[in-house]
Amino acid sequence: MATQETRKLARVMRAPAIFLLLIWMIVPLGMTLYFSFLNYNLLNPAMTSWAGWFNYQYFYTDPAFIQSIWNTLVLVLGVLVITVVGGVAIALLIDQPIFGQGVVRILVISPFFVMPPVAALIWKNMIMHPGYGVFADVAKFFGMQPVDWFAQYPLLSIILIVAWQWLPFATLILLTALQSLDGEQMEAAEMDGAGFVSRFVYLILPHMARAITVVILIQTIFLLGVYAEILVTTNGGPGYASTNLVFLIYRAARLNFDIGGAAAGGIIAVVLANFVAFFLMRAVGKNLD
Amino acid sequence: MARAVSARRKAGYSVAAWVVALLIFFPILYTIITSLKTEPEAIAGFNLVPSFTFESYRTVQSQNDYFRPFMNSVVIAVGSTILALIIAIPAAWAFAFSPTKRTKDVLMWMLSTKMMPAVAVLVPIYLIFLRTGLMDTRIGLTVMLMLINLPIVVWMLYTYFREIPGEILEAARMDGASLWNEILYVLTPMALPGIASTMLLNIILAWNESFWTIQLTTTNAAPLTAFIASFSSPQGLFWAKLSAASTLAIAPILIVGWFSQKQLVRGLTFGAVK
Repeated sequence: MATQETRKLARVMRAPAIFLLLIWMIVPLGMTLYFSFLNYNLLNPAMTSWAGWFNYQYFYTDPAFIQSIWNTLVLVLGVLVITVVGGVAIALLIDQPIFGQGVVRILVISPFFVMPPVAALIWKNMIMHPGYGVFADVAKFFGMQPVDWFAQYPLLSIILIVAWQWLPFATLILLTALQSLDGEQMEAAEMDGAGFVSRFVYLILPHMARAITVVILIQTIFLLGVYAEILVTTNGGPGYASTNLVFLIYRAARLNFDIGGAAAGGIIAVVLANFVAFFLMRAVGKNLD
Repeated sequence: MARAVSARRKAGYSVAAWVVALLIFFPILYTIITSLKTEPEAIAGFNLVPSFTFESYRTVQSQNDYFRPFMNSVVIAVGSTILALIIAIPAAWAFAFSPTKRTKDVLMWMLSTKMMPAVAVLVPIYLIFLRTGLMDTRIGLTVMLMLINLPIVVWMLYTYFREIPGEILEAARMDGASLWNEILYVLTPMALPGIASTMLLNIILAWNESFWTIQLTTTNAAPLTAFIASFSSPQGLFWAKLSAASTLAIAPILIVGWFSQKQLVRGLTFGAVK
């Protein structure tokens, strides 16, 4: 159908989306890059001047910066381990012949639809609160001292909350992959005397490898941007114990009004995300062919 | 997987699966239960049987004007989705039915804009919103969320449109259908299911977006995400009230989500897992 006319029409149809995304990509990023070289504080905008590399030096040598990078990595890796391992296990379980599979699926997928502030506040108050949370009730039942989660283990607490939000996503995608596994192959392996472990290692895991890769990469993109969960629970504290890169930049921009510093921090967030994106694009790109 | 399974094994798996499912669902369930308790009940220790009072729901509306953030969420989520569809449908259409040598590259580039971390452009967007008076307006947030989700919408629509066989168009043309008739009577009916599931997924994503909605609003245009986040500030022990507000905030999207869980996999993996 590639006549001259349709090709011209196609160009017109594509243009708005491409144009909008081009602007969306270039203008703000260009501005961030520009601001990152300025001494620019919103409290004192008249004093704005060229800063050279100062913002980068200042931001990257700040001990809080190193800690926030570390926290970001721990958060992402912690959530990935919990969700992928848990996701594989739960997907294998749900894939078995069980009663009420549809309802089980719905229950398992539900946390994914809970907006981050709600998820975090539910966990903070109903589940992990040292006085009135369910964990505290359980601890008291066994005669133990309740744990003050957000004061003692702030980062771990946030990891648990975020993992709860993303476990459904991993499970759903891995379950979808699992259900496309060839049943006859599994039966043949079973007839030949392959136990569950060898079936899992040689048949199931290789089959799910692609889905696991996709889960890891997509989750990483979102996990690098965790923000609301921190805002409503620990607010980054105590100290910087649960501040990730996003939260550190947010603090610089919105609480310290340090536009230049926040912009310099933003640039490293871009570098970090691009690193991950590179691999994701390759995985997704293969599917196009 | 038509393997013969003994009834006992099936029962065992079922029990295990239900226990896991209920554990995962428990925080949501407990929130719904707590929302039906009185405040003293809510902090009186573990209890799964509420007194079924709707007091907290009434309080959330009368004290916090719950209806306003709710309407903001609806307007922003639905508005940004419709806006994105208007721009994305023609584009995805062109990509699917009139591909050029560069189509794949352009699509990959669109996807790559989604990888840009929001926080990297927080500073410029915040300043632009301040200067242009878009701060704390529904229209500003609607446009913002449209831009954020546009790549996913284009991609999802593209993967659906690509599955519409081109021969059908040729057949219609042979029968003398005009371009307009072709679109109206042949393509639209085939494309509608894809458009519908794209719309649902995007409404879910927009409803739950919690970075820009919190950054770019204060009170007037604050949707439910920002409204609920404001509950984090200490205001006494209002467990039941928080639960009621939370239940109201997640209920609509939970139901939409249950209906679109199959499309979710496809949409969020950009067609890499089906």
